[in-house]
Amino acid sequence: MTTSTPEPLLALSNVNTFYGQAQVHFDLSITVARGYIVCLLGGNASGKSTTMKIILGLVKPRSGEVTFDGASLIGLSTPQIVRRGIASVPEARRLFADMSVRENILMGAFVRNDRDAVAQDLDRMLTLFPKLGQRLSQRAGSLSGGEQQMVAMARALMSRPRMIVMDEPTMGLSPLYVDRVLELIRAINQEGVSVFMVEQNASLALEIAHEAYVLQTGKIVLSGPARALKDDPRVRDAYLGGSEAA
Amino acid sequence: MAGATAPAAFPYPSGDQRLSSWLDYTINGLIVGNVYALVAVGLALIFGVSRLINFAQGSIYLVGAYIGWVAVVQLHTPLPLTIIVVAAAAALVGLIIERFGLRPLQNSVRIAPLLATIGISFVLDQLVMLTFSPNPRALPSQLPDVRFQLGGGTIGPLDLLIAGVGITSALLLFVFLRYSKLGWAVRAASQDRDAAMQMGVDVNRVNQAVFGIAAALGGVSGMLVGMYYNQIDTAMSLQATLKGVVAEVVGGAGNVPGAVIGSLLLGLVESYGVAVFGTSYRNLFAFLLLVVVLVLRPNGLFASARQAPPEPLTGTFIAPSRPVRIPRWALAVAAAGFAVLPFFPVSFYVLQTLINAWLLGMLALSLTLVAGTVGQVSLGHAALLAIGAYTSALLSLTLAVPVGLAVIGGGLMSAALGTLLISPSFRLRGHYVSIATLAIGEIVSLVILNWESVTRGPIGISGIPPLSLFGHDLISPSSVYWFSLAVMVVLALLQGRLLTSHLGRSFRAIRDDDIAARAYGLSLNRYKSLAFIFGGFAAGVSGGIAAHLYSYINHETFNTQQSILALTVVILGGLGNVVGAILGSVALVGLPEVFRIAAEYRILIYGIVLLLLVRFRPQGLLGTI
Repeated sequence: MTTSTPEPLLALSNVNTFYGQAQVHFDLSITVARGYIVCLLGGNASGKSTTMKIILGLVKPRSGEVTFDGASLIGLSTPQIVRRGIASVPEARRLFADMSVRENILMGAFVRNDRDAVAQDLDRMLTLFPKLGQRLSQRAGSLSGGEQQMVAMARALMSRPRMIVMDEPTMGLSPLYVDRVLELIRAINQEGVSVFMVEQNASLALEIAHEAYVLQTGKIVLSGPARALKDDPRVRDAYLGGSEAA
Repeated sequence: MAGATAPAAFPYPSGDQRLSSWLDYTINGLIVGNVYALVAVGLALIFGVSRLINFAQGSIYLVGAYIGWVAVVQLHTPLPLTIIVVAAAAALVGLIIERFGLRPLQNSVRIAPLLATIGISFVLDQLVMLTFSPNPRALPSQLPDVRFQLGGGTIGPLDLLIAGVGITSALLLFVFLRYSKLGWAVRAASQDRDAAMQMGVDVNRVNQAVFGIAAALGGVSGMLVGMYYNQIDTAMSLQATLKGVVAEVVGGAGNVPGAVIGSLLLGLVESYGVAVFGTSYRNLFAFLLLVVVLVLRPNGLFASARQAPPEPLTGTFIAPSRPVRIPRWALAVAAAGFAVLPFFPVSFYVLQTLINAWLLGMLALSLTLVAGTVGQVSLGHAALLAIGAYTSALLSLTLAVPVGLAVIGGGLMSAALGTLLISPSFRLRGHYVSIATLAIGEIVSLVILNWESVTRGPIGISGIPPLSLFGHDLISPSSVYWFSLAVMVVLALLQGRLLTSHLGRSFRAIRDDDIAARAYGLSLNRYKSLAFIFGGFAAGVSGGIAAHLYSYINHETFNTQQSILALTVVILGGLGNVVGAILGSVALVGLPEVFRIAAEYRILIYGIVLLLLVRFRPQGLLGTI
């Protein structure tokens, strides 16, 4: 990183992760600066989703350090990490299908105890995601993919996080919704929430990101400002799992 | 057993009154249904959050009944206080089970928590039995013994109490799940555990809450049933678990309102069944209902189509390990050593113990093939023993077939009939196979009880001729010893050959990934049938030999306890491991003898062995294959 970037909010340094005998991450180091949108690109089986799980404490790395706002997250449980101010929009949304849309959004505020402010935030979500207003009492599982993505994002915002991690937020959405989701991510970021997102769709992600990393079979092969990476021919090769040696 | 014996004390009208008292049967069905609901709702909550069928639920129910007895008879507490004491004490037991029995297994193989709850239930039941003696006790109801006329039927204060407790609990549970923060956490965790964690839900706390609630409801239920029948005994436990599981599965596993409706339905079906056929048919209806629902609607009566089918747990049931290799010469030396044992001055007692070990070994060979190699964890294996035993006994007694042939006939019958009976479970997976086989095992025992013209019903079969071979009676302990050892060794050699053959590989493929196996053209039904045919033969032969050794058998000779003992043996040896199955049998039969452990402590020891194995060595002594 250059000295002009703000101080890091989230930092992974030299993380090595294993599933049984198989190594998933090789000395992975990533930083997310305060107020930035940082995106992690990579093809299938590159270790992207596992990176999300490491941050959220769902998978424990064998070695390395993960810090959030200067304090280590290693050894904390997922709920503890969430209470530190990290919210997640999981892969494929993962809504609570049999609960109503309203209950789903309110579940996002599970770690909060300020009832009145939570009620206000629910109203705020409905102005941010106006479509959800008519759907509040509907079963979340009955919504379309795009609407579910809106619920998942509203749910994540309800905890008033300092950072949101998103796993492939545009996956499986219609082009219309893809644009809408990207717009919303930018809007969320402008309110001061840092965003770390994992994406396969590099060209879209690089449009809104400040910085990006390219992950290939567990190793960072490229990183830098998104604007620079967008024009880099190697990006295309790398995230598509091109044949060149890493 | 509560279900089988207690209805004798039931206020059933008899004879000509019968037709006019349908309302009584309806009331009775709903009241009993309420009791089942208290158990089933707890099971549904636990299944929802942990995808676990808690086989210890009935033990908590038992504990609740005995705490109620202590409170009423010794402490003379008034009724409201009794209910509170029972609920609190049972909840505490539930919390302990969750914290020390199940939480350490969170990252273990999927079968581990299920087996742990079976072990816990053995331990709890035995502790209650050792503390209070196995004799039934009277649990007075603390309510006036009057009955009010209601339409054409009657209703008593206790009926109203049970209905009241049932409805109040349902309302409280509804309010808890719908309006409390912890209730929301429970619902979220049961729909998507990982996503709930990512919202900050502490899943351990949710588990605690669910086990506490389930145990409180179960404990109160046990107390109410004790008061209803004015009798409690330690056999209540397994029956309660079975009934609760039936009600829960009928309603749809993990579905709380479904569990309530399933329970009321089960209560009514049983009550009407009893009205038409008599009390000994009560449980038969319960298990037939379960099997029918499992086969036709495995997600329960109220599941909607969108629900995913039961999880494919087949492969994950086996703890991966590297089996211990034992050289052939060592096995040959061991076999030869056991073969020449009777030439040494060993006592009759030692031979007797080893004969039991060889008989259990045959059963374990059968179960290790079915549960270990093919991945169908059967909890009803004692039924195969029973079929073999009855067939062999009846062939030799009524048709005068030579005993040697009769035993083989028992094996063949067990292979054919057992496979046929278990075949409805072939389309199921994971935990559902265990439940279905458990139910099928119970059905076999109940058919034996009720089919008097063939099985002689509750009287049992006595005067079964001793073992004989080519006209020579095998009376001396050493001849019986050699005979059973030889049969077991032959079966073990055959099974060893089977495992290394193409067929054995197909079996393991089905266990590890049945979808992939099917995609490669393996017919699951065909291979599962083959496994049960081979396993049924081994178990049937074991049962047949046992019948001629005991000379008397009845419908309770081969019970669920034996099925579970066999499972413990198989896990001890290492699932799928032929040598392990035999080693496990010798260890579990022999060691209590060596240490001279009194009989009443044995089941307790088995339960503890199972718990320790699951926790510390799920792959068993010799490793899974």
